[in-house]
Amino acid sequence: MELIPVYLAFILILAIFLGFELISKVPATLHTPLMSGANAISGITIVGALLTGGAGGPSWLATLLGATAVFFATVNVVGGYLVTDRMLGMFKKRTDDAP
Amino acid sequence: MSALVVNLAYLAAAVMFIFGLRMLGSPATARSGNALSSGGMLIAIVVTLLSKGIVEFHWIAIAAAAGALVGALASRLVAMTSMPEMVALFNGSGGIASLLVGWAALFAPDPGVGAVTTFTAVTVFLSVMIGGVTFSGSIIAWAKLAEVMPSGAIVFAAQRFINGALLGGLVVCGVFFALEPAPDTHLFYAILGLAVLLGIMAVIPIGGADMPVVISLLNSYSGLAACAAGFAINNNILIVSGSLVGAAGIILTNIMCKAMNRSLTNVLFSGFGAVKTATKVEGEVKPIVAEDAYLILEAASSVTFVPGYGMAVAQAQHVVRELGEILESNGCEVSYAIHPVAGRMPGHMNVLLAEANVPYDQLVESDDINPRMPNVDVAVVIGANDVVNPAARDDEASPIYGMPIVNVDHARTVFVLKRSMASGFAGVDNPLFFGTNTRMLFGDAKASISALIAEFK
Repeated sequence: MELIPVYLAFILILAIFLGFELISKVPATLHTPLMSGANAISGITIVGALLTGGAGGPSWLATLLGATAVFFATVNVVGGYLVTDRMLGMFKKRTDDAP
Repeated sequence: MSALVVNLAYLAAAVMFIFGLRMLGSPATARSGNALSSGGMLIAIVVTLLSKGIVEFHWIAIAAAAGALVGALASRLVAMTSMPEMVALFNGSGGIASLLVGWAALFAPDPGVGAVTTFTAVTVFLSVMIGGVTFSGSIIAWAKLAEVMPSGAIVFAAQRFINGALLGGLVVCGVFFALEPAPDTHLFYAILGLAVLLGIMAVIPIGGADMPVVISLLNSYSGLAACAAGFAINNNILIVSGSLVGAAGIILTNIMCKAMNRSLTNVLFSGFGAVKTATKVEGEVKPIVAEDAYLILEAASSVTFVPGYGMAVAQAQHVVRELGEILESNGCEVSYAIHPVAGRMPGHMNVLLAEANVPYDQLVESDDINPRMPNVDVAVVIGANDVVNPAARDDEASPIYGMPIVNVDHARTVFVLKRSMASGFAGVDNPLFFGTNTRMLFGDAKASISALIAEFK
């Protein structure tokens, strides 16, 4: 039981290193979509929001906090992914038949 | 659904995030990468809803429906020029969500202990602090970008001292809170208030031109806040995804700082707009009218456009592309030189030009175009200032000295499209405007380019 924080810390450190490796070679053209795509991923906090807002515990305040968190996290997730997709849809390579 | 299945599904979601982020690194795969990552998110949400932990669906269903509506509408309606504001607001909503999750975790005592442990208390404190700073900092960044408040740096005496005191006060409160955690105390509300105040105070001294750094840093914070919330509720997927985003944001921040040759501390604390010590440049400005500019462009065999924030303000990206196409059909080689910090967020100009249908392989980074610059017949600077300021290269007294720039002054001719002769955002005079090969085309960028297009027709 007391080792759980250590395991979580393991996951944290490895994920940070992985993040650095994944992102380090992104062309400047994609900086904005990368940022908004990553931002959408940070909306993963919606999982925590659902768990706290839907736990049905005795405290109405906890439910309220959780539900409010669900709202904001959903804005983040839905908005983030859609806007990234919209941006990426506009990136085009030059076509040879262009006038 | 058992905890084992739920956690295996989280693992699958994490793998999809990782591959999604990787695919975002190349233009050809970026869109499917984003779709893959959204699929991972969907899996994580669905298995969470099916897990035993959720018994009360009423409120979260309403909240999720409202959130999805707001998010979908915002992403559909936002103009590409307002993308920095949008990203700032999304960062802020991620931040406050993590703050609220951390707060709510205080009401759920750890199983077996019957109370909130010190470890949980520390992580709750971190998610409230980082989430609060992300939230209020993003709101201020949004207000500056949308010009709801003055976009310049707001600096006053003892600012650093006050910010330091705020941070110190937060940490002290955090220590007391960790010793005796409780959700509904003055101490907790003090932490909440201090975190929000710190976010405001941290962003107001940062001027508009430094916004690319702030946006990417806040992006990183929103990930770290999710990560802290993950610790508070012992949830792996939050920790993994949060730290991936945190790392991504840090890397972008670092790229932006390098592009300005400044350290992160310098960006965060210097109140850049206030310094004004550059060598005064004097000289004669040589204006040009559209008819004469047309004659030069018509004869040019290679033209480079250098866009800046002014192009976004004037919404000139479409006419710029039109002019580019006319020049190309005239047998001219056209490229677009993009400085990493041009605009108000990383990659801002690339998105605008993509919106205007400029193929991304026509966009070149400043390092690639600079060696070729002496062979460029005309460099057309559209609403950029600091990123083409030769003082950054030549004048050691300049506040932007050392910042890598696009060397447009090495081109045979430079057209600078500018509204009037006001100095740039950083309050730095630009010797480029007085260069012997520089011609100033005054007026609204969109109107000027349209006039040039009219000349070609």
